[in-house]
Amino acid sequence: MESIRIEKTRKTPDITFNAESGKLQIEGKSIPENSIEFYKPLVDWLEEYGKTSHDATEVNIKLEYFNTSSSKCILDVFKKLETIHKENNNVIINWYYEEDDEDMLEAGEDYQSILKIPFKMIEMEE
Amino acid sequence: MSFDLLEWYKKNTDEKILYSFLGPVSEDIISSILDKIENILTEKETDLKTFKKIYHISVEALQNLYHHSDSPNQKGNAIENNIVFILKKEANPAKIINKFYILTGNFINKSNTRLLKERIDQLNFLSKDEIRTLYKLILNNNEFSEKGGGGLGMIDLVKRSGNNLSYNFYNFDNDYIFFTLRIAI
Repeated sequence: MESIRIEKTRKTPDITFNAESGKLQIEGKSIPENSIEFYKPLVDWLEEYGKTSHDATEVNIKLEYFNTSSSKCILDVFKKLETIHKENNNVIINWYYEEDDEDMLEAGEDYQSILKIPFKMIEMEE
Repeated sequence: MSFDLLEWYKKNTDEKILYSFLGPVSEDIISSILDKIENILTEKETDLKTFKKIYHISVEALQNLYHHSDSPNQKGNAIENNIVFILKKEANPAKIINKFYILTGNFINKSNTRLLKERIDQLNFLSKDEIRTLYKLILNNNEFSEKGGGGLGMIDLVKRSGNNLSYNFYNFDNDYIFFTLRIAI
């Protein structure tokens, strides 16, 4: 399977997904006006990725900002991962937030409470 | 007497403003406003926490204006195509620290006024915990609105600011209302 590499823009994050190592990284701002369009390739790719089994999938998500339209799409991404996890594959989501950024921690906790998938909250020191 | 946008804008852009914009909104305009806000807050040496709150609320407020204004797009220079975005810092007599405010304005169809008013009143009535629960409920309801966010924008403004929203509706003509929203940060 091909890996994914989406370069960041002023309003969208950097996304890399290596199918072989099972590592997905999302980093930067996610504030596009049309989030559905932006996240569609990743959601489709995860759908494909989920068709075969994988020993371990690790997600590292480090967002500076995300808007409400991204928040729905991010949940869609996580739901695809939840399905993969349900089929007895190891999946972990590492949710990074900057020191003292309570809003970002809270956002991670909200996702954690909605999903049945291992989450780890990681505080980054400045 | 009908509503005069320029007069209202003049009245609300006094010496305390940090940034103000009046004009039609587009994706590029939103990007450039956000860049300017970033620069202003950096210049003012705003602490990181406040910086992030203001930036986040600005994104959401601007995108609400972009997605939910009912302007008649076919008439390019119609006054109804304009939106207003103002960032202010006001002295708060009760506290030592000054407070930031964001004031936005946009035109909406008269027929949408009641629903919008009811929605804001309802959000203002809810406690902090209830707002968070409502946010999660709508986030997880598997529905995307045609604009993408599924109605989270307004809730997010209350959630992030931790304050009630103040609003006003000004009669413009038979079809349009000018809707203003004030968010204390």
